[in-house]
Amino acid sequence: MFPRPIEHQSRAVQISYQVLVPVALIIWLLPLIGVAITSVKPASDLAAGNYFGLPSSFAISNYADVFTNSPIGQYIWNSFKVTIPTVLGTLVLSCLTGFALGIYKFKGNIWIFFMFVAGNFVPFQILMVPVRDMTVNLGLYNTTTGLVLFHVAFQTGFCTLFMRNFIRALPRELIEAARVEGVSEFRIFWYVVLPLMKPAIAALAVLIFTFIWNDYFWATVLTTSKETQPVTAGLYSLNGQWIAQWQLVSAGAIIAALPPVAMFFLMQKHFIAGLTLGAVK
Amino acid sequence: MSHASTESHTRSWWRENQQKLTPYIFLVPGVIFFLVYVIIPIFESFWLSAYSWDGLGEKEFIGMANYHELFDDEAFYTSLKNNVIWLVLYLLAIPAGLGIAIFLNQKIRGMRAYKSLFFFPFVISQVVVGLIFAWFYAPGFGLFSLIIEKITGSEIAILADERFATYGIIFAGLWPQIAYCMILYLTGLNAVDPEQIEAARLDAAKGFKMLWYIILPQLRPATFLAMVVTIIGALRSFDLVSIMTDGGPYGSTRVLSFYMYEQALSEYGYRMGYGASVAVILFLIMMVFITGFIWKMVGDERKGL
Repeated sequence: MFPRPIEHQSRAVQISYQVLVPVALIIWLLPLIGVAITSVKPASDLAAGNYFGLPSSFAISNYADVFTNSPIGQYIWNSFKVTIPTVLGTLVLSCLTGFALGIYKFKGNIWIFFMFVAGNFVPFQILMVPVRDMTVNLGLYNTTTGLVLFHVAFQTGFCTLFMRNFIRALPRELIEAARVEGVSEFRIFWYVVLPLMKPAIAALAVLIFTFIWNDYFWATVLTTSKETQPVTAGLYSLNGQWIAQWQLVSAGAIIAALPPVAMFFLMQKHFIAGLTLGAVK
Repeated sequence: MSHASTESHTRSWWRENQQKLTPYIFLVPGVIFFLVYVIIPIFESFWLSAYSWDGLGEKEFIGMANYHELFDDEAFYTSLKNNVIWLVLYLLAIPAGLGIAIFLNQKIRGMRAYKSLFFFPFVISQVVVGLIFAWFYAPGFGLFSLIIEKITGSEIAILADERFATYGIIFAGLWPQIAYCMILYLTGLNAVDPEQIEAARLDAAKGFKMLWYIILPQLRPATFLAMVVTIIGALRSFDLVSIMTDGGPYGSTRVLSFYMYEQALSEYGYRMGYGASVAVILFLIMMVFITGFIWKMVGDERKGL
């Protein structure tokens, strides 16, 4: 293990390490802690110049205000309407492509694979005008469907990379054995490979959920009204309305951050497995 | 009768060829989606950059005029310069992430929770990160500006000051990026070969020497991944600029991705062709890096086969 395990050090070093870690954590999260405290401060505190200290009373009413005086509920709902279909669509497409590229040897396999990988890295701006134009022509501009279709297509790139590498690491003998038994290829996919892909599916589901929930660029390019905008884009316009009402901005920011945070803490293992794929050989 | 025989004929034909055909059938939906929404639009943008277009009316072919204009455009050079600053400073996330990972790679009570809390900034949206740091920097009451005031005695409005605004945004961007690099290195450190470390310890290697000669070579895959996500992240930066300064003050925090958006969908009229030409330049810059990444990945694939 590197660095040398702390258990082998003197008692004093151990204790100071145990103190240092939480202190470092507090410094690391200081901006976030500040915003969390601001979000429960009554407006009077901010007016009186109590920016920094503890709130004089616990104003959970800021959260209620955000919900009653702004369309944030609608924005959150829109975010779900974009995120969940995208996760499902992407998983279906990438299970198929990952299976095709991970199991079969055929001409062009590696080229199709690298098309997905390379496409996944391009700057969004090179896609912006054509995708927006296409979405307008399809009559899907300013709809959540238009946003979903683009996200599904784009995320398929990353997910194909992930699924293909995952399937490649599965024991090939399983597939060979099934073929010898005369099992058709479609059934091999459904009954042999798919059940083994559960960890990959879980990892991608949480990752894609987070990526799409947090997407801001495409939300602003493809949607414009409060009936369709996801919460990231909504927060931008609310920020414009709430100038200097930091208790509301903070509460809104925390509400918008909650779903992916909950997802992360519930499915931490899968989340990290997904993000660090390839970090170890 | 004949119907039955054709059916059995197709079935046996399918049985013989299914191994050849299945991959194509499975690829069709994903490939079509990806071509339509990602690959073809890249070429369309190249084509559009030779036109003048407001997004609604007729497109007018103007050849290289967009690029001529671009190379005389002060705002373009500001954006380009800022992209370089982003790229260089963003790379600091890699050593910083490694540093935190080494710091946290111990087994004490509650370490798992500490690690996930350190990782936390990466999970939240850049929009929220932008708002958090806008609050942090806010003159008069933001935590950061209060600290600066204590130290220097004068107040600085980071995001309203041309000299500091870009650095303020990059600093905000580093927060989640460091968290990401940290998690990559924590995973990498977990897999470091303990026998090699013991052997090196017997040779009295320790500290920085151990890190440089024994640990870092084993962390190479993590470093590669950290480089990829950091470089792409730096060149893609858009959300934070849009949220924190909207390109201001006086356009001093624009980056190429933001300038492209501003031109294409600007409130003074859409300039889709001009925007596309900015996007093409950004794409070409990115292509240099993408080619490098793919080159290395193809090499690894070949070795693996």
